[in-house]
Amino acid sequence: MAVGERDPVTGKHTTGHEWNGIKELDNRVPRAVFFFLLATILFSIVYWVLMPAWPLGVTYTKGLLGIDQRQTVEKAVEEAAAQRAAWTDEIVRLDFAEITKRPELMRIVRESGSTLFGDNCAVCHGTDAKGSPGFPSLADDSWLWGGNPEIVAETLRIGINSTHPETRFAQMPAFGRDGILDRPAISSIVSFIRNNAEGIDDLGPLDMKGVEEGAQLFAENCAACHGAEGRGDPAMGAPDLMDNSWVISSDRASLSRTIWQGRQGQMPHWEERLAEIDRKILAIYVTEIAGRKMEAAQ
Amino acid sequence: MIAGLTATERQIGLVLAGLVTLMGAALGIAGRNDVLGYQGLLIVVFGALVMIALLRNLDAPEPDESRLAEYYDDPIRFGIVLTMLWAIFGMFVGLWVAALLAWPELTFDAAWASFGRLRPAHTTGVIFGFGGNALIATSLHVVQRTSRARLPDQVSPWFVLLGYNLFCLLAVTGYFAGITQSKEYAEPEWYADLWLVIVWVAYFALYIRTLARRKEPHIYVANWYYMAFILVVAVLHIVNNLAVPVSFGSAKAYSAFSGVQDAMTQWWYGHNAVAFFLTAGFLGMMYYYLPKRAERPIYSYRLSIISFWGITFMYMWAGSHHLHYTALPHWVQTLGMTFSVVLLVPSWASAANALLTLNGAWHKVRDDATLRFMMVAAVFYGLSTFEGSFLAIRAVNSLSHYTDWTVGHVHAGALGWVAMITFGALYTLTPAMWKRARMYSNTLVEVHFWCAVIGTLIYVFAMWNSGIIQGLMWRTYNDSGTLTYSFIESLVAMHPYYIARTLGGLFFLAGAAVGTYNIFMTIRHEPLPLSRRAEALGTDRPLVPGE
Ligand code: HEC
Ligand code: HEC
Ligand code: HEM
Repeated sequence: MAVGERDPVTGKHTTGHEWNGIKELDNRVPRAVFFFLLATILFSIVYWVLMPAWPLGVTYTKGLLGIDQRQTVEKAVEEAAAQRAAWTDEIVRLDFAEITKRPELMRIVRESGSTLFGDNCAVCHGTDAKGSPGFPSLADDSWLWGGNPEIVAETLRIGINSTHPETRFAQMPAFGRDGILDRPAISSIVSFIRNNAEGIDDLGPLDMKGVEEGAQLFAENCAACHGAEGRGDPAMGAPDLMDNSWVISSDRASLSRTIWQGRQGQMPHWEERLAEIDRKILAIYVTEIAGRKMEAAQ
Repeated sequence: MIAGLTATERQIGLVLAGLVTLMGAALGIAGRNDVLGYQGLLIVVFGALVMIALLRNLDAPEPDESRLAEYYDDPIRFGIVLTMLWAIFGMFVGLWVAALLAWPELTFDAAWASFGRLRPAHTTGVIFGFGGNALIATSLHVVQRTSRARLPDQVSPWFVLLGYNLFCLLAVTGYFAGITQSKEYAEPEWYADLWLVIVWVAYFALYIRTLARRKEPHIYVANWYYMAFILVVAVLHIVNNLAVPVSFGSAKAYSAFSGVQDAMTQWWYGHNAVAFFLTAGFLGMMYYYLPKRAERPIYSYRLSIISFWGITFMYMWAGSHHLHYTALPHWVQTLGMTFSVVLLVPSWASAANALLTLNGAWHKVRDDATLRFMMVAAVFYGLSTFEGSFLAIRAVNSLSHYTDWTVGHVHAGALGWVAMITFGALYTLTPAMWKRARMYSNTLVEVHFWCAVIGTLIYVFAMWNSGIIQGLMWRTYNDSGTLTYSFIESLVAMHPYYIARTLGGLFFLAGAAVGTYNIFMTIRHEPLPLSRRAEALGTDRPLVPGE
């Protein structure tokens, strides 16, 4: 290499080339570079010898350790299943009443139920299971279809107004849109409901109008599904209209809209998406733990 | 600018712009029942604007012969301005995307503003818009100066620069309209891809032709890096984008690859896009502007050779580290991982070569924010290549993959390395290009520097924390063998870090805005009187005239 002038700062020679004022020193490559190059290459060679590494036509070098990621995963999954079998077998075998009596099983139901709920249900029913408009609260004691774990497990399996062939149907007719009731009639029914339901403390002047007619209209049109007392009918998924739990809301506008245009809430079915044991855990979790008898279980 | 073109060059330009307009019209008509129609319209508008600009100056007098005794810098000046405009756009969208992850309702219910469309608009805006224009502008500067040769003609640099920006515009407007082939960093569809091939071949030819005219006996190392960048990006782009369009009138095309081959091709492309676009090209930038600004010789010529070939060879194998623990066969992952580990050595050699070059100039680093930008860039380059090799190790990757750690790593490189070396280079280049003694305000360069450093640190630390927490939450099990945390709980845990990242991005964007202002004010200021230019800017060696 043509050795050029000396660099005044470091005293080193330059290579003698210059490009628009830029020069290069003729310094040797630091030893450390070769050392680390060698070290990393050695590491690689050892790793290649031990692990699957180089292709050989249709096959590849398998490595002395005989490790393969697919087998590793399969084994890990089997081991994990075997480890869990201690309690999964129990949960599969026992019925709901027996499980709830076993604190050690309930601890597991609470742990894994909260994760299953967070991953599958919280998007609609909320992380606290308290619901939001359109998505019912699962944390109170008011149920559309009934609050025992067997029923909830079935709801999870087939869904509500879902695509499952056996789905539950919840059909609130569109009284207004279909011309069965006119606006004043609906307004009267709303007044009736709001005057009789629990926990409504924002009654206004409109709510005082038509309560009598409302009661009459309710008996004629609504009682078949919601019951003579308006306390709902779990066989049809018709909600209790006299408690203070609402799928949407108890304000006049929401009630009128529901009665005018009807409602068919959709709850997906989980038969293909969650294993039976997971649905069983969720059914117990939702009825026993989420926001309710948590303390009892602890 | 147009006045500097000869009459023939103006006519050639007019014909080229006319062809582009026709092409756009054909695409627009064929795709009139598809979103492709709008893309065609955009091409027509673009081509027509160029034609109008040329027509208005068609009869301007011929330029002076003396131009041939000077370097051809008009496209470089234009490129600098475009770089800063794309920087503001790309980083603003980045900030928006960051805010969107903290406050998801910020899409205002508009389809075009949804996360899936804004995100590629950000990555394309910053990588191709900001980074690409910076690379084109600086490469045309470096190749002329280090070859002591003028660009071979005055049309092809404009074709490359404008054509490239047309590609970027098609890409970004396409995303907003919902067009994507959903390959990361290769989202544009077939027609834009084909156009980029043409532009890129012209770019490569321009570079080679300039080098062929060089008056220096040797090719300076910065040019090897720029050439590797241009050549490899062409190969990557063509292979990864092989696809069959549904029809000539449809924006949609189907990839030639499927399944795991598709994934492997995509990440061979994706990783080498990082390697040759975001690394090799910017190393070229560093090898010119850093020694120039520091007024120091490169520490070691031999070290630059070793690291050049090391990086070029090793990167080609590393792509599979993006696909650890996937359907990709285990042996491919092994190779990707081991080559990524070896890759650390030439990468650190480059960073060391840059930092050792500063020996004897550290007092300048202290006083001059422009040089400090480049110094910090070299440090971040070292940091993020170390992190990259570390993340490529399978066991580490099992924790980091799919988490924000990756995003943090990307931005240590993108903000700390790519953007900072670019700002350093632009602050060196701008006064020289517009014949100013210095930038309009050195204080503002200083302000920009600190905004950039603070923004990068906040961003990177936020993402490290969030990524590691995320990774740990996803793999924590209860004694019973079930997962402890639901995904939604990990989202809740990330929220504060997403807010912090947004703040970091705000600092970085603010810095870029200050920089843009400073550059525009520099341009608007009085140029130095001719008599003082030699003294202030006399560093350029004159062209060797008459060839
Ligand atoms: C896509 C939104 C959605 C998801 C996800 C969802 N649900 Fe529902 N769920 C609903 C809606 C809506 C209803 C009310 C249906 C109606 O109005 O008739 C409902 C009803 C229910 C009911 C009946 C409540 C009653 O009072 O009888 C139960 C129990 C229930 N969901 C549990 C779950 C569980 C457990 C999960 C998770 C595996 C889940 N849901 C996931 C939307 C959803
Ligand atoms: C055919 C049976 C049926 C009849 C008749 C019927 N309902 Fe319903 N109603 C339902 C069902 C089922 C639901 C639950 C719908 C859902 O959430 O998917 C419901 C829901 C409602 C709700 C919403 C409750 C909430 O929590 O938000 C109101 C209010 C209501 N009905 C009022 C009425 C009134 C008033 C009438 C008479 C005018 C009436 N319903 C008649 C079946 C019926
Ligand atoms: C204002 C500064 C910036 C902000 C606020 C910002 C923000 C973001 C955000 C929020 C994402 C999406 C992360 C996710 O999906 O979780 C992202 C991705 C990305 N950004 Fe930026 N960014 C900025 C600057 C840059 C720059 C300058 C570059 C490159 C030159 C860059 C390159 C990228 C890349 C490559 C990705 C994709 C990362 C991946 O897929 O892992 N960003 N950015």
